[in-house]
Amino acid sequence: MSHTPSEMMTIAAARLLSNDDVCFVGIGAPSAACNLARLTHAPKITLIYESGTLSTRPAVLPLSIGDGELCDTALTTVSVPEMFRYWLQGGRITIGFLGGAQIDRYANLNTTVVGPYDAPKVRLPGGGGAPEIASSCGEIFITMAMGTRAFVDRLPFVTSFGHGSGKGDREKLGLATRGPTRVITDLCVMEPDPETAELTVVSLHPGVTRAQVEAACGWPLRFAAAPADTPAPTAEELAILRDLHARTRKAHGVAA
Amino acid sequence: MASFVSLQQGIEEVLRDGDSVAMEGFTHLIPHAAGHEAIRQGRRRLTLIRMTPDIVYDQMIGMGCAQKLVFSWGGNPGVGSLHRLRDAVENGWPHRLELEEHSHAAMANAYEAGAANLPFAVFRGYKGVDLPKVNPVIRSVTCPYTGEVLATVPALRPDAAVIHALKADREGNVLIEGIVGVQKEAVLAAKRSLVTVEEIVEDFGPRSANAVILPSWTVTAIAHVPGGAYPSYAHGYYKRANEFYIAWDKIARDRDSFLSWIKANVFGQGPDAFARHVRPQARAAE
Repeated sequence: MSHTPSEMMTIAAARLLSNDDVCFVGIGAPSAACNLARLTHAPKITLIYESGTLSTRPAVLPLSIGDGELCDTALTTVSVPEMFRYWLQGGRITIGFLGGAQIDRYANLNTTVVGPYDAPKVRLPGGGGAPEIASSCGEIFITMAMGTRAFVDRLPFVTSFGHGSGKGDREKLGLATRGPTRVITDLCVMEPDPETAELTVVSLHPGVTRAQVEAACGWPLRFAAAPADTPAPTAEELAILRDLHARTRKAHGVAA
Repeated sequence: MASFVSLQQGIEEVLRDGDSVAMEGFTHLIPHAAGHEAIRQGRRRLTLIRMTPDIVYDQMIGMGCAQKLVFSWGGNPGVGSLHRLRDAVENGWPHRLELEEHSHAAMANAYEAGAANLPFAVFRGYKGVDLPKVNPVIRSVTCPYTGEVLATVPALRPDAAVIHALKADREGNVLIEGIVGVQKEAVLAAKRSLVTVEEIVEDFGPRSANAVILPSWTVTAIAHVPGGAYPSYAHGYYKRANEFYIAWDKIARDRDSFLSWIKANVFGQGPDAFARHVRPQARAAE
């Protein structure tokens, strides 16, 4: 069965999650990946959305972070201040799953502005929960489609802190959490280098060449000595993901 | 004790030109009908406060009601930009908009500090990021017990809070269930409050485990506006109109189509128009 790069990205991200994870879920690609994991190999995964829903099991993907579907299928729903204080700041989340408009080689993220802050060329939505998700969760997975406008040499604004300007910067700020450990894209999977914390391609998706990945990145990208081949999506993974998206489109009133 | 008023009276009484106002709601129970009434009454120079400004603030900003926005995430969730917000920030249309930008954790803590009558909120946040460089009210304090440096932001104490809730009883107590957001904190932090409700009942009856109750004496005014959260939702009454959030992207992208939508749907209609959005859950789920 053939698949799209976006499906490969979601499936590669879903495979990294396990039954033991307590996952703080962002809207969009992270939400699709977390729910795909729950519907395939990780039925006991704990999904938490910042609107206050704990252990939620939505039948369709939410359009917004506080859709009724999330509350209806949750174990319980807490207030937003409680979510950020007791659950996130309290250190109870193992994995924070973020997307972003822009990322740099040390996995810092920008979702605030393109151009100067006071006179922006593009005003993006802002950080929302991300700055504290990035510092309080045990580790961070990032999922973003590649392109030179998204994977940039220098961020105009640091909305969420990854590895700063290299290895050791998190420790200098007093952060005890691991920060970004995986970046799952539509072309490859990257991990921070153990010595420098610079993002390094560790696996290429089926049919993707090294040149293709280099062309989609705004800095000279490093590759592991022998990048692995990401296993192609299985028929089961694709069928479950497509079914989830079809249910979601129908529920949101969008023509398939 | 809360007084029962019409929506028009409620906005006249609770929201004045130049006020800071929190019209809160976290996806659920966003007070759209009240926002439309503020536009109809031509409120000006407001400081709009909300963690997640979405369509209703986009409408108020586009109609020139706001001089400042205090926020932590300003987008159309799952859809894209708020085009009226962007036009104000990027091009100064209809006029310049001042921004005070935070993270969600900061705003949630700041509302809680306001409700608790504290001058500021303290939390572990803003580490290594650029927001403190552009927002001078983000500061820090050293913990007197451990020496840890913690982030601080001033408490939020809005002049007015405007929210939508599920029910009020005859005494003016207010019930919120489902995703309860930060509305309790916003009302308790504010000087005055207006609550629009789906229903006024004799007695709340059985409540869910996480029900939030605002006692009558914490609320200034209550207006009965069925459907008043549309296109947001009211748990147990009607679902979120996700198709409208998707459609708003096109309406708001262009100044003329935005203005004609407002003319037809805000100035051309009153609060009663929201009632048609209360529809059986089963139908919405089809």
